[in-house]
Amino acid sequence: MTAIDANSNPPSDSPDHDHGHGGHESENPFQAHHFDTPDQQFESAKLGMWLFLGTEILFFGALFALYTILRANDPEVFSYASQYLDTILGGVNTAVLILSSLTMAMAVHFAQRSKKTLMLICLWLTLLGAIGFLVIKYFEYEHKFHVNLKWGPGFYMPVDEQEATVVGDDGTVLSVVQEDELAVAKETAKLAAEAEESLPAFVDPLIGAVPPVDATTVAPAAIGPGGISAVKPVEKIAADRAAEGHVEHSDKPHLEDQDLPVNTHRFFAIYYAMTGLHGIHVVVGIVMILWLIVKGMKGHFDRRHYAPVDLGGLYWHIVDLVWIFLFPLFYLIH
Amino acid sequence: MSAHAKNDHDHGGLEQPLVGHLVPISVLVWTALALLFLTAATVAVRYVDAGQFNMVIALGIAVIKATLVALFFMHLRWDKPFNQLVFFGCIAFVVLLIALTVLDTGQYAPTVFDGNPDDVQAALDANAPEAPITLKTGVSSPD
Amino acid sequence: MTTIDTANKSDIADMPAAGAQGPVDNYLTWTKGAISWIFTLDHKRIGVMYLAGVLISFLIGGLFALIVRTELIAPGATIIEPSTYNLFFTLHGAVMVFLVIIPSIPASLGNFVLPIMLGAKDVAFPRLNLFSFHLWIIGAIFVVLSLLLGGFDTGWTFYTPYSTTTETGGVVPVLFGVFILGFSSIFTGLNFVVTVHKMRPPGMTWFRMPLFLWAIYSTALIQILATPVLAITLMLVGIERAFQIGIFDPAMGGDPVLFQHFFWFYSHPAVYIMILPAMGIISDLIAVHSHRHIFGYRFIAYSSVAIAIFSFLVWGHHMFTSGQSALLNTIFSAITFSVAVPSAIKIFNWLATLYKGSIALNTPMLYALGFIFLFTIGGLTGLYLGTLNTDVHLHDTYFVVAHFHYVMMGSALIGFIGGLHHWWPKMFGRMYNEKLGIIAFTLVFIGFNVTFFTQFMLGSKGMPRRYYDYQPEFEIYHFISTIGSYVMAAGFFLTAYYLLASLFSGKKAPANPWGGRSLEWQCTSPPPHDNFKTTPTVGDCYDFSVVRWSDEEDGYVIDRSKDPEIAPSSAHSGH
Repeated sequence: MTAIDANSNPPSDSPDHDHGHGGHESENPFQAHHFDTPDQQFESAKLGMWLFLGTEILFFGALFALYTILRANDPEVFSYASQYLDTILGGVNTAVLILSSLTMAMAVHFAQRSKKTLMLICLWLTLLGAIGFLVIKYFEYEHKFHVNLKWGPGFYMPVDEQEATVVGDDGTVLSVVQEDELAVAKETAKLAAEAEESLPAFVDPLIGAVPPVDATTVAPAAIGPGGISAVKPVEKIAADRAAEGHVEHSDKPHLEDQDLPVNTHRFFAIYYAMTGLHGIHVVVGIVMILWLIVKGMKGHFDRRHYAPVDLGGLYWHIVDLVWIFLFPLFYLIH
Repeated sequence: MSAHAKNDHDHGGLEQPLVGHLVPISVLVWTALALLFLTAATVAVRYVDAGQFNMVIALGIAVIKATLVALFFMHLRWDKPFNQLVFFGCIAFVVLLIALTVLDTGQYAPTVFDGNPDDVQAALDANAPEAPITLKTGVSSPD
Repeated sequence: MTTIDTANKSDIADMPAAGAQGPVDNYLTWTKGAISWIFTLDHKRIGVMYLAGVLISFLIGGLFALIVRTELIAPGATIIEPSTYNLFFTLHGAVMVFLVIIPSIPASLGNFVLPIMLGAKDVAFPRLNLFSFHLWIIGAIFVVLSLLLGGFDTGWTFYTPYSTTTETGGVVPVLFGVFILGFSSIFTGLNFVVTVHKMRPPGMTWFRMPLFLWAIYSTALIQILATPVLAITLMLVGIERAFQIGIFDPAMGGDPVLFQHFFWFYSHPAVYIMILPAMGIISDLIAVHSHRHIFGYRFIAYSSVAIAIFSFLVWGHHMFTSGQSALLNTIFSAITFSVAVPSAIKIFNWLATLYKGSIALNTPMLYALGFIFLFTIGGLTGLYLGTLNTDVHLHDTYFVVAHFHYVMMGSALIGFIGGLHHWWPKMFGRMYNEKLGIIAFTLVFIGFNVTFFTQFMLGSKGMPRRYYDYQPEFEIYHFISTIGSYVMAAGFFLTAYYLLASLFSGKKAPANPWGGRSLEWQCTSPPPHDNFKTTPTVGDCYDFSVVRWSDEEDGYVIDRSKDPEIAPSSAHSGH
């Protein structure tokens, strides 16, 4: 900075000339210089947060629009692919988020009453819920990656995880054991592919043994000539191009599943896009809750100044709110 | 838990009025219980075949749950009208986006056929028999 | 007010170093050093930094335009390769839209003027304001980065599937850059909405706000509602490109028309993000420089909000020939015409304000009148494009190019430059050379019309836009158009010259050089650090009967004896 000349500070007679250079966000007093009253500051902050939440709603809203269009155009894709999602894990995650939303709301309540310890307990519980959500989500993702339930071309890649059919939902535990088997299966697949150029011959050794069992069992993603030709008459150019896409992919081995609709990979594209974006918001929420805990432990929040807890709570609830819609839209398709 | 049954601004006898609104713990807990119950209900409904109504029920329950979260957890019930307007207004704009795009993609006409329509093909045969215009696709024409 | 801060350590460090400014301090010299600017929370400094960034981007985007125009001066290769040409027109569009026009008025002039007009000390969230400026810088860096990585030739609209398949290497960085710029824009808008809602001083009801604030407010609503959709859409395009998720790419079963829906759901309202603030500026310019109460205040105010809302209902008119369904084409075409109504309301009210006014034909006023002229042409030609059957003929021709340049440049940018001249003395405390200003305006105005009116003719004769080469019969039009662009460029360089020169040798500006009545003319030029020592109360900001010329001040003063509504407390800062 430059030389300090206190005499030349014209507004020094004015008590509120701090132009925010000080850390008014965290230090006493809590009121920034440019607000006249604490009420004004609180309401401004709250309105700002609501507007931000509005942008979040529109941010996710575009994805919801995308979802609606994909599902309206290809309902069979959604009812088919939804069986690969684990309703129980999804339901548990919903409950976890609801409970962490409850503890967050309680944290705001206790902050409003200057109950520091109770507020901190609630924040810790919220943090626990947030992390728990991500851990469960991680297991879900991890399992899906394992059985090539991916977006785009990855979905049609050689499925070397036939074991998934056997192990079903708890594949995460068994998958470790299967790594070696998978390597062998992969190798077999490669050899088979080299030996036989034609698609059905390749499919044989892998899929013949274990067909998909029922809707609740995780079955491998699969596509085959039968699947493609059995597709409903397609009404738009996109689907036609997808049929070309099938030709593109035909040099890759596919599993045979008579029921697999065309473009099933798009379900997983939108699934990963929406849950992934939601997951990023959870991560941001975790950082935010940690920040609140740190500030709370320093005793920065009380009944006069609890706006950060309140606003953090609003953010956390909107994360919950988005999930409340994601859950039925992906996991609960009959 | 619910020492604060008073519904309005609870000053709790402390020195300064509280900015904002205090929601009693009991209300929060009841809200959470309702949310959990609805979650269980919506999972249960998934295993019942109600045809088209499956989705309607699932989304209806989701809307109720979201409303509960917004009204009670997010204090929207007691918030400023403009904040309520912001929330519901943004949802309205999402609905606008969804409605118009779905309306459009639902209207897409088939643009790829097996061959030309009869009259076009007849005209082509008559006027330009050599023209390689016939479209070939693997997709059969609808209807 | 027991909680008010007294100076803590960091405040002392920030105390003004220069005491030579007389009795009233000055935000420009309040603290010194680059750091005190880069991390300032002062809305005025943030506005000035935005202004610098926007003007530099304008220079760069303008140079790209000159390259494109020079290439087109004659058929065939002139100065650059076809692929380079694709890069340049894309860059011109992207820089001008995302780095120049969208932030130009709200983020630079708006940031500077809005809190002062409200009589507030700052915007509601100064840190957020600074953050959005830093986001703007980061976004701009990504745009530059994409240049270094090979640029992008998708057009500024990033239409799929070309944008997901093109070989140019800069697509993903620029998508990310625009994503970030979008958030910069969102946070600015959010800040302004809260500021307008919560920071208005006693006495300033909604219908006493200057119309510029109504326009900025409506713009901010669009920024908040529309920009997130653009952000997520561009993110999806980036992901599509990187991971082939099959959302927009038809080869994977995706729907490219869906991209256009999402893109225009933002980008049509974005057109109004660009034009509405300019309309707000014109409302104030017309009233101040004709020294007459604005005609139809409420109509203009409501029409701003109406335009903001209508803007969300017409996005499909960009997609008439894109495979959009006939039903939606009809709906969007019909609603598009309705936008003409609030636009026309503004035009007629401005004209009615001018009627019998005491018009001062100085530079800002010339720009305001130029705006009315150019916007009328730009707006009316929009109706041709909103009509389904004529659009089929005119779509993707130079007619479209001419139309949106009349609106985006001839209106939005002309409004911005008019506003810049209007508030320049306030921002920097110096008067520019009025004669050069008038000459420069004349060059810009003539150059603009020569450049773009010719393009209406080109387009209606069938010249497609974005083409590198063309038939010989178009040559004369292209030649005239290019010459016009040189004239316009000369005007802008002249403007840059006299504005910069005024910083060093300009006459010291009075507090109120134009006879404005809104609050920003009641503090010194340049304004003090805190804008107002005490929150001022306000009267009718379009009542010019109390404004009179003072030789002593070499500017206008407000005759307080005539207006009992003004509290004496605000008199200090305005002499």
